[in-house]
Amino acid sequence: MATPEHNATEGEHTTMAEENILLIESKGAVRVVTLNRPDKLNSFNDELTFKLQAALKEAEKDSSVRCLIITGAGRGFCAGQDLASRSISFEAGQRPCLGDSIRRRYNPLIIRIRRMEKPIIAAVNGVAAGAGASLAFACDFRIAADSASFIQSFTKVGLIPDSGSTFFLPRMVGITRALELMLTADKLEAREALTLGLVNNVVPQDQVMKAALAFAERLSLGPTKAFGLTKRAVNRAVFPDLEELLDYEASLQEIAGRSDDFEEGVKAFIEKRQPIYSGK
Amino acid sequence: MMTLTYKNILTETEEHIGIVRLNRPQVLNALSHELMDELVKALEEFDRDDNVRVIILTGSERAFAAGADIKEMADETTIGIMLKDRFATWDRIKNVKKPIVAAISGYCLGGGCELAMNCDIIVASETAQFGQPEINIGVIPGAGGTQRLTRVAGKYKAMEMILTGRPITAQEAHAMGLVNKIAPVELYLEEAKAIAREIAKKSPIAVRLAKEAVLKTFDTSITEGLQFERKNFYMLFSSEDQKEGMRAFMEKRPASFTGR
Repeated sequence: MATPEHNATEGEHTTMAEENILLIESKGAVRVVTLNRPDKLNSFNDELTFKLQAALKEAEKDSSVRCLIITGAGRGFCAGQDLASRSISFEAGQRPCLGDSIRRRYNPLIIRIRRMEKPIIAAVNGVAAGAGASLAFACDFRIAADSASFIQSFTKVGLIPDSGSTFFLPRMVGITRALELMLTADKLEAREALTLGLVNNVVPQDQVMKAALAFAERLSLGPTKAFGLTKRAVNRAVFPDLEELLDYEASLQEIAGRSDDFEEGVKAFIEKRQPIYSGK
Repeated sequence: MMTLTYKNILTETEEHIGIVRLNRPQVLNALSHELMDELVKALEEFDRDDNVRVIILTGSERAFAAGADIKEMADETTIGIMLKDRFATWDRIKNVKKPIVAAISGYCLGGGCELAMNCDIIVASETAQFGQPEINIGVIPGAGGTQRLTRVAGKYKAMEMILTGRPITAQEAHAMGLVNKIAPVELYLEEAKAIAREIAKKSPIAVRLAKEAVLKTFDTSITEGLQFERKNFYMLFSSEDQKEGMRAFMEKRPASFTGR
Protein backbone atom coordinates (compact mmCIF):
# COMPACT_ATOMS: atom_id res chain seq x y z
CA MET A 1 0.00 0.00 0.00
CA ALA A 2 1.39 3.43 -0.93
CA THR A 3 -0.47 5.58 1.55
CA PRO A 4 1.87 8.27 2.85
CA GLU A 5 2.47 8.44 6.59
CA HIS A 6 0.63 11.71 7.02
CA ASN A 7 0.05 11.51 10.75
CA ALA A 8 3.02 10.00 12.44
CA THR A 9 1.97 10.83 16.01
CA GLU A 10 -1.18 8.71 16.00
CA GLY A 11 -0.39 5.04 16.03
CA GLU A 12 -3.58 3.82 14.39
CA HIS A 13 -2.99 6.07 11.43
CA THR A 14 0.66 5.21 10.96
CA THR A 15 -0.18 1.52 10.88
CA MET A 16 -2.37 2.08 7.86
CA ALA A 17 0.85 2.52 5.97
CA GLU A 18 2.55 -0.48 7.51
CA GLU A 19 2.31 -3.70 5.63
CA ASN A 20 2.64 -7.11 7.22
CA ILE A 21 2.70 -5.80 10.74
CA LEU A 22 2.61 -9.48 11.75
CA LEU A 23 4.50 -12.15 9.81
CA ILE A 24 3.20 -15.70 9.95
CA GLU A 25 5.10 -18.62 8.50
CA SER A 26 5.08 -22.39 8.85
CA LYS A 27 8.22 -24.45 9.04
CA GLY A 28 7.05 -28.03 9.09
CA ALA A 29 4.85 -28.37 12.17
CA VAL A 30 6.30 -25.18 13.68
CA ARG A 31 4.40 -21.92 13.30
CA VAL A 32 6.56 -18.81 13.57
CA VAL A 33 4.76 -15.57 14.38
CA THR A 34 6.92 -12.44 14.07
CA LEU A 35 5.89 -9.05 15.41
CA ASN A 36 6.95 -6.73 12.62
CA ARG A 37 7.06 -3.07 13.57
CA PRO A 38 10.85 -2.95 13.87
CA ASP A 39 11.06 0.88 13.80
CA LYS A 40 8.79 0.92 16.90
CA LEU A 41 10.54 -1.98 18.64
CA ASN A 42 7.43 -4.01 17.74
CA SER A 43 5.32 -2.14 20.27
CA PHE A 44 1.61 -2.95 20.33
CA ASN A 45 -0.92 -0.78 18.61
CA ASP A 46 -4.48 -2.00 18.14
CA GLU A 47 -3.80 -3.54 14.75
CA LEU A 48 -0.85 -5.60 15.92
CA THR A 49 -2.68 -6.74 19.04
CA PHE A 50 -5.74 -7.95 17.17
CA LYS A 51 -3.71 -9.53 14.39
CA LEU A 52 -1.68 -11.44 16.97
CA GLN A 53 -4.91 -12.56 18.67
CA ALA A 54 -6.23 -13.83 15.33
CA ALA A 55 -2.94 -15.53 14.40
CA LEU A 56 -2.83 -17.42 17.70
CA LYS A 57 -6.45 -18.48 17.38
CA GLU A 58 -5.77 -19.77 13.88
CA ALA A 59 -2.64 -21.65 15.01
CA GLU A 60 -4.59 -23.21 17.87
CA LYS A 61 -7.25 -24.53 15.49
CA ASP A 62 -4.80 -25.77 12.87
CA SER A 63 -3.97 -29.33 13.84
CA SER A 64 -0.89 -29.33 11.60
CA VAL A 65 0.67 -26.75 13.94
CA ARG A 66 2.31 -28.58 16.86
CA CYS A 67 4.59 -25.89 18.28
CA LEU A 68 4.75 -22.10 18.07
CA ILE A 69 7.47 -19.48 18.20
CA ILE A 70 6.71 -15.86 18.92
CA THR A 71 9.51 -13.43 18.07
CA GLY A 72 10.14 -9.86 16.97
CA ALA A 73 11.65 -8.36 13.84
CA GLY A 74 14.73 -6.17 14.11
CA ARG A 75 16.55 -5.40 17.33
CA GLY A 76 13.62 -5.57 19.77
CA PHE A 77 11.28 -8.36 20.86
CA CYS A 78 8.37 -6.15 21.88
CA ALA A 79 8.36 -2.80 23.66
CA GLY A 80 4.82 -3.26 25.01
CA GLN A 81 2.09 -0.71 24.55
CA ASP A 82 2.84 1.95 21.95
CA LEU A 83 2.43 5.05 24.09
CA ALA A 84 2.04 7.18 20.98
CA SER A 85 -0.94 5.09 19.91
CA ARG A 86 -4.33 6.73 20.04
CA SER A 87 -5.79 4.38 22.64
CA ILE A 88 -3.60 5.92 25.35
CA SER A 89 -3.91 9.64 24.54
CA PHE A 90 -5.41 12.11 27.03
CA GLU A 91 -8.04 14.09 25.21
CA ALA A 92 -9.47 17.30 26.68
CA GLY A 93 -8.97 16.31 30.30
CA GLN A 94 -10.38 12.80 29.81
CA ARG A 95 -8.60 9.85 31.36
CA PRO A 96 -8.23 6.69 29.29
CA CYS A 97 -10.14 3.55 30.34
CA LEU A 98 -7.14 1.26 30.62
CA GLY A 99 -9.07 -1.56 32.30
CA ASP A 100 -11.37 -2.14 29.34
CA SER A 101 -8.55 -1.69 26.89
CA ILE A 102 -6.51 -4.39 28.62
CA ARG A 103 -9.49 -6.72 28.86
CA ARG A 104 -10.12 -6.37 25.14
CA ARG A 105 -6.57 -6.30 23.84
CA TYR A 106 -4.07 -8.03 26.11
CA ASN A 107 -5.93 -10.41 28.39
CA PRO A 108 -7.36 -12.51 25.53
CA LEU A 109 -3.81 -12.87 24.17
CA ILE A 110 -2.41 -14.06 27.48
CA ILE A 111 -5.32 -16.44 28.08
CA ARG A 112 -4.94 -17.88 24.57
CA ILE A 113 -1.20 -18.48 25.06
CA ARG A 114 -1.66 -20.17 28.43
CA ARG A 115 -4.70 -22.25 27.42
CA MET A 116 -3.43 -23.34 24.00
CA GLU A 117 -2.41 -26.97 24.35
CA LYS A 118 0.70 -26.61 22.21
CA PRO A 119 4.17 -25.59 23.36
CA ILE A 120 4.86 -21.90 22.74
CA ILE A 121 8.40 -20.52 22.68
CA ALA A 122 9.26 -16.85 22.97
CA ALA A 123 12.40 -16.22 20.92
CA VAL A 124 13.38 -13.05 22.74
CA ASN A 125 15.64 -11.40 20.18
CA GLY A 126 15.94 -8.07 21.97
CA VAL A 127 14.30 -5.86 24.53
CA ALA A 128 11.00 -7.13 26.00
CA ALA A 129 9.39 -4.26 27.86
CA GLY A 130 6.02 -3.72 29.53
CA ALA A 131 3.33 -5.88 27.95
CA GLY A 132 6.09 -7.19 25.69
CA ALA A 133 7.76 -8.71 28.75
CA SER A 134 4.40 -10.08 29.89
CA LEU A 135 3.96 -11.65 26.45
CA ALA A 136 7.32 -13.41 26.81
CA PHE A 137 6.47 -14.53 30.39
CA ALA A 138 3.13 -16.00 29.26
CA CYS A 139 4.90 -18.32 26.82
CA ASP A 140 6.06 -21.75 27.93
CA PHE A 141 9.72 -21.18 27.12
CA ARG A 142 11.99 -18.19 26.66
CA ILE A 143 15.11 -18.43 24.55
CA ALA A 144 16.90 -15.10 24.77
CA ALA A 145 19.61 -13.38 22.76
CA ASP A 146 22.59 -12.28 24.84
CA SER A 147 21.60 -8.74 23.87
CA ALA A 148 18.01 -9.21 25.07
CA SER A 149 16.61 -7.65 28.20
CA PHE A 150 13.41 -7.54 30.20
CA ILE A 151 12.02 -4.30 31.56
CA GLN A 152 8.95 -3.96 33.74
CA SER A 153 8.59 -0.45 32.39
CA PHE A 154 5.00 0.06 33.58
CA THR A 155 5.84 1.91 36.78
CA LYS A 156 8.05 4.32 34.85
CA VAL A 157 4.87 6.03 33.68
CA GLY A 158 2.83 5.48 36.85
CA LEU A 159 1.12 2.24 35.83
CA ILE A 160 1.13 -1.27 37.30
CA PRO A 161 2.55 -4.29 35.47
CA ASP A 162 -0.28 -5.82 33.46
CA SER A 163 -1.03 -8.62 31.01
CA GLY A 164 -0.15 -11.13 33.67
CA SER A 165 3.20 -9.78 34.85
CA THR A 166 1.99 -9.29 38.43
CA PHE A 167 1.52 -13.04 38.81
CA PHE A 168 3.86 -14.52 36.21
CA LEU A 169 6.93 -12.78 37.57
CA PRO A 170 6.54 -13.55 41.31
CA ARG A 171 5.82 -17.19 40.51
CA MET A 172 8.86 -17.41 38.25
CA VAL A 173 11.49 -15.51 40.25
CA GLY A 174 9.97 -15.15 43.74
CA ILE A 175 8.30 -12.15 45.32
CA THR A 176 11.50 -10.36 46.38
CA ARG A 177 13.13 -10.10 42.99
CA ALA A 178 9.75 -9.67 41.27
CA LEU A 179 8.84 -6.62 43.30
CA GLU A 180 12.33 -5.21 42.81
CA LEU A 181 12.00 -5.59 39.05
CA MET A 182 8.49 -4.21 39.00
CA LEU A 183 9.00 -1.21 41.28
CA THR A 184 12.42 -0.14 39.96
CA ALA A 185 11.60 -0.83 36.31
CA ASP A 186 15.31 -1.51 35.96
CA LYS A 187 16.54 -3.40 32.96
CA LEU A 188 17.18 -7.12 33.52
CA GLU A 189 19.85 -8.38 31.15
CA ALA A 190 19.46 -11.79 29.53
CA ARG A 191 22.36 -13.34 31.49
CA GLU A 192 20.85 -12.26 34.79
CA ALA A 193 17.43 -13.48 33.67
CA LEU A 194 19.01 -16.86 33.08
CA THR A 195 20.40 -16.90 36.65
CA LEU A 196 16.93 -16.07 37.96
CA GLY A 197 15.40 -18.93 35.99
CA LEU A 198 13.33 -16.53 33.94
CA VAL A 199 14.72 -17.76 30.62
CA ASN A 200 15.60 -21.25 29.49
CA ASN A 201 18.64 -20.40 27.48
CA VAL A 202 20.78 -17.48 26.34
CA VAL A 203 22.46 -17.60 22.94
CA PRO A 204 24.38 -15.12 20.79
CA GLN A 205 22.11 -12.57 19.11
CA ASP A 206 22.41 -14.10 15.64
CA GLN A 207 21.63 -17.58 16.94
CA VAL A 208 18.26 -16.91 18.59
CA MET A 209 16.00 -18.04 15.80
CA LYS A 210 18.22 -20.98 15.01
CA ALA A 211 18.13 -22.12 18.65
CA ALA A 212 14.39 -21.51 18.94
CA LEU A 213 13.69 -23.39 15.72
CA ALA A 214 15.82 -26.35 16.75
CA PHE A 215 14.01 -26.57 20.10
CA ALA A 216 10.61 -26.04 18.44
CA GLU A 217 11.30 -28.77 15.93
CA ARG A 218 12.25 -31.18 18.68
CA LEU A 219 9.07 -30.36 20.60
CA SER A 220 6.92 -30.60 17.46
CA LEU A 221 8.13 -34.16 16.91
CA GLY A 222 7.25 -35.14 20.46
CA PRO A 223 3.99 -36.46 21.93
CA THR A 224 2.29 -33.09 21.62
CA LYS A 225 -1.01 -34.44 23.00
CA ALA A 226 0.77 -35.30 26.25
CA PHE A 227 2.58 -31.92 26.13
CA GLY A 228 -0.79 -30.20 25.85
CA LEU A 229 -2.24 -32.16 28.77
CA THR A 230 0.90 -31.41 30.82
CA LYS A 231 0.39 -27.73 30.13
CA ARG A 232 -3.26 -28.04 31.16
CA ALA A 233 -2.25 -29.69 34.45
CA VAL A 234 0.46 -27.09 35.14
CA ASN A 235 -1.99 -24.28 34.40
CA ARG A 236 -4.41 -25.82 36.87
CA ALA A 237 -1.67 -26.15 39.50
CA VAL A 238 -0.07 -22.74 39.06
CA PHE A 239 -2.71 -20.46 37.50
CA PRO A 240 -6.08 -22.04 38.38
CA ASP A 241 -7.69 -18.61 38.44
CA LEU A 242 -5.89 -17.10 35.45
CA GLU A 243 -8.90 -15.26 34.03
CA GLU A 244 -9.83 -13.78 37.38
CA LEU A 245 -6.26 -12.66 38.12
CA LEU A 246 -6.03 -10.94 34.74
CA ASP A 247 -9.37 -9.29 35.27
CA TYR A 248 -8.36 -8.03 38.71
CA GLU A 249 -5.06 -6.75 37.37
CA ALA A 250 -7.00 -4.86 34.68
CA SER A 251 -9.19 -3.29 37.37
CA LEU A 252 -6.13 -2.09 39.28
CA GLN A 253 -4.66 -0.73 36.03
CA GLU A 254 -7.91 1.15 35.53
CA ILE A 255 -7.29 2.85 38.88
CA ALA A 256 -3.67 3.60 38.01
CA GLY A 257 -4.79 4.94 34.63
CA ARG A 258 -6.93 7.56 36.36
CA SER A 259 -4.06 8.79 38.52
CA ASP A 260 -2.28 12.11 38.22
CA ASP A 261 0.96 10.18 38.20
CA PHE A 262 0.06 8.36 34.99
CA GLU A 263 -0.87 11.59 33.24
CA GLU A 264 2.41 13.12 34.38
CA GLY A 265 4.31 9.96 33.41
CA VAL A 266 3.01 9.97 29.86
CA LYS A 267 3.55 13.73 29.50
CA ALA A 268 7.13 13.46 30.71
CA PHE A 269 7.71 10.51 28.38
CA ILE A 270 6.46 12.41 25.36
CA GLU A 271 8.31 15.60 26.40
CA LYS A 272 11.42 13.49 27.05
CA ARG A 273 11.96 14.81 30.57
CA GLN A 274 12.02 13.39 34.10
CA PRO A 275 8.51 13.00 35.54
CA ILE A 276 7.59 14.73 38.79
CA TYR A 277 5.31 12.34 40.67
CA SER A 278 2.96 13.35 43.48
CA GLY A 279 1.83 9.87 44.53
CA LYS A 280 -1.75 10.71 43.59
CA MET B 1 -36.52 -52.77 22.12
CA MET B 2 -38.29 -50.81 19.40
CA THR B 3 -36.22 -47.83 18.37
CA LEU B 4 -37.84 -44.94 16.58
CA THR B 5 -35.79 -43.17 13.95
CA TYR B 6 -35.05 -39.56 14.63
CA LYS B 7 -33.65 -36.80 12.43
CA ASN B 8 -32.34 -34.39 15.03
CA ILE B 9 -31.17 -36.65 17.83
CA LEU B 10 -29.35 -39.94 18.28
CA THR B 11 -30.30 -42.51 20.87
CA GLU B 12 -28.55 -45.56 22.23
CA THR B 13 -28.55 -47.71 25.33
CA GLU B 14 -25.54 -48.85 27.27
CA GLU B 15 -26.50 -51.45 29.86
CA HIS B 16 -29.11 -49.68 31.99
CA ILE B 17 -28.37 -46.23 30.65
CA GLY B 18 -30.36 -44.61 27.86
CA ILE B 19 -28.40 -41.92 26.04
CA VAL B 20 -29.97 -39.12 24.03
CA ARG B 21 -27.58 -37.00 21.97
CA LEU B 22 -28.76 -33.75 20.41
CA ASN B 23 -27.51 -33.87 16.84
CA ARG B 24 -27.88 -30.74 14.76
CA PRO B 25 -24.15 -29.92 14.59
CA GLN B 26 -24.48 -27.39 11.78
CA VAL B 27 -26.57 -25.11 14.04
CA LEU B 28 -24.88 -25.90 17.38
CA ASN B 29 -27.89 -28.02 18.34
CA ALA B 30 -30.37 -25.16 18.18
CA LEU B 31 -33.59 -26.47 19.73
CA SER B 32 -36.05 -26.48 16.86
CA HIS B 33 -39.65 -27.59 17.43
CA GLU B 34 -38.91 -30.78 15.57
CA LEU B 35 -35.86 -31.50 17.73
CA MET B 36 -37.84 -30.85 20.91
CA ASP B 37 -40.64 -33.16 19.76
CA GLU B 38 -38.14 -35.90 19.03
CA LEU B 39 -36.27 -35.31 22.29
CA VAL B 40 -39.41 -35.59 24.40
CA LYS B 41 -40.51 -38.72 22.52
CA ALA B 42 -37.10 -40.31 23.12
CA LEU B 43 -37.15 -39.41 26.82
CA GLU B 44 -40.65 -40.85 27.18
CA GLU B 45 -39.60 -43.97 25.31
CA PHE B 46 -36.68 -44.49 27.69
CA ASP B 47 -38.98 -43.74 30.61
CA ARG B 48 -41.21 -46.66 29.54
CA ASP B 49 -38.29 -49.01 28.78
CA ASP B 50 -37.87 -51.36 31.76
CA ASN B 51 -34.24 -52.00 30.87
CA VAL B 52 -33.35 -48.29 31.18
CA ARG B 53 -32.81 -46.97 34.72
CA VAL B 54 -31.07 -43.67 34.10
CA ILE B 55 -31.11 -41.31 31.11
CA ILE B 56 -28.18 -39.21 29.91
CA LEU B 57 -28.87 -36.15 27.80
CA THR B 58 -25.89 -34.75 25.92
CA GLY B 59 -24.86 -32.74 22.87
CA SER B 60 -21.50 -32.38 21.18
CA GLU B 61 -18.14 -31.24 22.50
CA ARG B 62 -18.73 -27.85 20.87
CA ALA B 63 -22.30 -27.33 21.99
CA PHE B 64 -24.86 -28.90 24.26
CA ALA B 65 -27.38 -26.53 22.74
CA ALA B 66 -26.75 -22.91 21.79
CA GLY B 67 -30.40 -21.95 22.25
CA ALA B 68 -33.77 -21.97 20.56
CA ASP B 69 -34.09 -21.95 16.80
CA ILE B 70 -34.42 -18.19 16.32
CA LYS B 71 -35.31 -18.49 12.62
CA GLU B 72 -38.43 -20.44 13.55
CA MET B 73 -39.78 -17.77 15.84
CA ALA B 74 -38.51 -14.49 14.38
CA ASP B 75 -41.84 -13.78 12.63
CA GLU B 76 -44.20 -15.13 15.29
CA THR B 77 -47.14 -13.10 16.61
CA THR B 78 -48.39 -13.13 20.19
CA ILE B 79 -51.53 -15.10 19.32
CA GLY B 80 -49.69 -17.34 16.90
CA ILE B 81 -47.00 -18.36 19.36
CA MET B 82 -49.55 -18.78 22.15
CA LEU B 83 -51.84 -21.02 20.11
CA LYS B 84 -48.95 -23.20 18.98
CA ASP B 85 -48.12 -23.67 22.67
CA ARG B 86 -44.71 -25.13 21.93
CA PHE B 87 -43.68 -25.03 25.57
CA ALA B 88 -46.25 -27.76 26.28
CA THR B 89 -43.63 -30.12 24.85
CA TRP B 90 -41.16 -28.87 27.45
CA ASP B 91 -43.65 -29.50 30.26
CA ARG B 92 -43.56 -33.18 29.40
CA ILE B 93 -39.85 -33.37 30.31
CA LYS B 94 -40.86 -32.54 33.86
CA ASN B 95 -42.98 -35.70 33.93
CA VAL B 96 -40.15 -38.08 33.07
CA LYS B 97 -39.82 -40.28 36.14
CA LYS B 98 -36.31 -41.61 35.63
CA PRO B 99 -33.34 -39.44 36.58
CA ILE B 100 -31.82 -37.47 33.72
CA VAL B 101 -28.09 -36.70 33.86
CA ALA B 102 -27.03 -33.83 31.59
CA ALA B 103 -23.54 -34.13 30.11
CA ILE B 104 -22.66 -30.67 28.88
CA SER B 105 -19.80 -29.25 26.87
CA GLY B 106 -19.43 -25.99 24.98
CA TYR B 107 -22.40 -23.68 24.53
CA CYS B 108 -25.28 -24.21 26.92
CA LEU B 109 -27.26 -21.07 26.27
CA GLY B 110 -30.85 -19.89 26.37
CA GLY B 111 -33.11 -22.86 25.72
CA GLY B 112 -30.02 -25.05 26.09
CA CYS B 113 -29.48 -23.80 29.64
CA GLU B 114 -33.19 -24.22 30.38
CA LEU B 115 -33.06 -27.75 29.03
CA ALA B 116 -30.07 -28.49 31.27
CA MET B 117 -32.03 -27.19 34.25
CA ASN B 118 -34.79 -29.69 33.40
CA CYS B 119 -32.27 -32.42 34.11
CA ASP B 120 -31.54 -33.82 37.56
CA ILE B 121 -27.75 -33.86 37.62
CA ILE B 122 -25.41 -31.74 35.54
CA VAL B 123 -21.88 -32.80 34.57
CA ALA B 124 -19.97 -30.16 32.61
CA SER B 125 -16.75 -30.10 30.65
CA GLU B 126 -14.18 -27.42 31.48
CA THR B 127 -15.17 -25.67 28.27
CA ALA B 128 -18.89 -25.44 29.02
CA GLN B 129 -20.49 -22.03 29.25
CA PHE B 130 -23.94 -21.35 30.60
CA GLY B 131 -26.11 -18.34 29.92
CA GLN B 132 -29.53 -16.86 29.33
CA PRO B 133 -28.80 -14.40 26.50
CA GLU B 134 -32.45 -13.88 25.42
CA ILE B 135 -32.32 -10.26 26.61
CA ASN B 136 -29.86 -9.54 23.79
CA ILE B 137 -32.51 -10.27 21.17
CA GLY B 138 -35.32 -8.42 22.90
CA VAL B 139 -37.06 -11.25 24.72
CA ILE B 140 -36.70 -13.16 27.98
CA PRO B 141 -36.21 -16.84 28.82
CA GLY B 142 -39.46 -18.65 27.99
CA ALA B 143 -38.82 -22.25 28.93
CA GLY B 144 -38.35 -21.82 32.65
CA GLY B 145 -35.11 -19.84 32.87
CA THR B 146 -36.41 -17.06 35.11
CA GLN B 147 -37.91 -19.57 37.52
CA ARG B 148 -35.41 -22.42 37.57
CA LEU B 149 -32.21 -20.37 37.45
CA THR B 150 -33.45 -18.24 40.33
CA ARG B 151 -34.16 -21.31 42.42
CA VAL B 152 -30.71 -22.69 41.70
CA ALA B 153 -28.56 -19.57 41.86
CA GLY B 154 -30.65 -17.19 43.95
CA LYS B 155 -32.17 -13.87 42.97
CA TYR B 156 -29.04 -11.82 42.44
CA LYS B 157 -27.01 -14.21 40.29
CA ALA B 158 -30.10 -15.05 38.25
CA MET B 159 -30.91 -11.37 37.75
CA GLU B 160 -27.37 -10.66 36.61
CA MET B 161 -27.34 -13.50 34.09
CA ILE B 162 -30.83 -12.82 32.77
CA LEU B 163 -30.56 -9.01 32.65
CA THR B 164 -27.05 -8.80 31.17
CA GLY B 165 -27.27 -11.92 29.04
CA ARG B 166 -23.63 -12.58 29.83
CA PRO B 167 -22.60 -16.24 29.95
CA ILE B 168 -20.69 -17.81 32.83
CA THR B 169 -17.94 -20.42 32.80
CA ALA B 170 -18.27 -24.00 33.97
CA GLN B 171 -16.26 -23.03 37.07
CA GLU B 172 -18.65 -20.19 37.92
CA ALA B 173 -21.63 -22.45 37.29
CA HIS B 174 -20.08 -25.02 39.59
CA ALA B 175 -19.52 -22.42 42.29
CA MET B 176 -23.18 -21.35 42.16
CA GLY B 177 -24.46 -24.91 42.36
CA LEU B 178 -25.65 -25.22 38.75
CA VAL B 179 -23.07 -27.92 37.99
CA ASN B 180 -22.41 -31.09 40.00
CA LYS B 181 -19.06 -31.91 38.56
CA ILE B 182 -16.55 -30.45 36.12
CA ALA B 183 -14.44 -32.83 34.04
CA PRO B 184 -11.81 -32.36 31.33
CA VAL B 185 -13.49 -32.02 27.95
CA GLU B 186 -12.31 -35.47 26.85
CA LEU B 187 -14.00 -37.11 29.84
CA TYR B 188 -17.22 -35.26 30.67
CA LEU B 189 -19.42 -37.91 29.05
CA GLU B 190 -17.51 -40.67 30.87
CA GLU B 191 -18.06 -38.85 34.16
CA ALA B 192 -21.76 -38.54 33.43
CA LYS B 193 -21.90 -42.25 32.64
CA ALA B 194 -20.06 -43.06 35.88
CA ILE B 195 -22.67 -41.16 37.89
CA ALA B 196 -25.48 -42.74 35.84
CA ARG B 197 -24.06 -46.23 36.42
CA GLU B 198 -23.87 -45.57 40.14
CA ILE B 199 -27.52 -44.52 40.26
CA ALA B 200 -28.51 -47.43 38.03
CA LYS B 201 -27.30 -49.82 40.74
CA LYS B 202 -29.86 -48.53 43.22
CA SER B 203 -33.44 -49.62 43.52
CA PRO B 204 -35.23 -48.09 40.51
CA ILE B 205 -38.44 -47.66 42.50
CA ALA B 206 -36.61 -45.89 45.33
CA VAL B 207 -34.78 -43.69 42.81
CA ARG B 208 -38.10 -42.81 41.20
CA LEU B 209 -39.78 -41.84 44.47
CA ALA B 210 -36.67 -39.96 45.61
CA LYS B 211 -36.58 -37.87 42.41
CA GLU B 212 -40.28 -37.18 42.77
CA ALA B 213 -39.86 -36.07 46.38
CA VAL B 214 -36.88 -33.80 45.64
CA LEU B 215 -38.71 -32.12 42.76
CA LYS B 216 -41.75 -31.64 45.02
CA THR B 217 -39.78 -29.05 46.95
CA PHE B 218 -39.97 -26.61 44.03
CA ASP B 219 -43.72 -26.84 44.02
CA THR B 220 -44.87 -26.83 47.60
CA SER B 221 -44.58 -25.63 51.19
CA ILE B 222 -42.20 -27.35 53.60
CA THR B 223 -45.10 -28.92 55.52
CA GLU B 224 -46.65 -30.41 52.42
CA GLY B 225 -43.24 -31.40 51.13
CA LEU B 226 -42.44 -33.27 54.33
CA GLN B 227 -45.81 -35.03 54.16
CA PHE B 228 -45.10 -36.00 50.58
CA GLU B 229 -41.65 -37.31 51.43
CA ARG B 230 -43.04 -39.37 54.31
CA LYS B 231 -45.73 -40.95 52.13
CA ASN B 232 -43.14 -41.92 49.53
CA PHE B 233 -40.96 -43.32 52.32
CA TYR B 234 -43.85 -45.41 53.68
CA MET B 235 -44.80 -46.51 50.18
CA LEU B 236 -41.39 -48.09 49.62
CA PHE B 237 -42.09 -50.58 52.40
CA SER B 238 -44.40 -52.38 50.00
CA SER B 239 -41.52 -52.96 47.58
CA GLU B 240 -39.37 -56.08 47.28
CA ASP B 241 -36.37 -53.78 46.92
CA GLN B 242 -36.87 -52.42 50.43
CA LYS B 243 -36.93 -55.95 51.84
CA GLU B 244 -33.89 -56.95 49.79
CA GLY B 245 -31.98 -53.73 50.58
CA MET B 246 -32.43 -53.94 54.33
CA ARG B 247 -31.80 -57.69 54.43
CA ALA B 248 -28.61 -57.30 52.40
CA PHE B 249 -27.49 -54.51 54.73
CA MET B 250 -27.94 -56.73 57.79
CA GLU B 251 -26.30 -59.68 56.07
CA LYS B 252 -23.40 -57.40 55.06
CA ARG B 253 -23.67 -58.20 51.34
CA PRO B 254 -24.43 -56.04 48.32
CA ALA B 255 -28.12 -55.75 47.48
CA SER B 256 -29.56 -56.86 44.21
CA PHE B 257 -32.44 -54.59 43.22
CA THR B 258 -35.10 -55.49 40.70
CA GLY B 259 -37.36 -52.46 40.71
CA ARG B 260 -40.28 -54.33 42.19
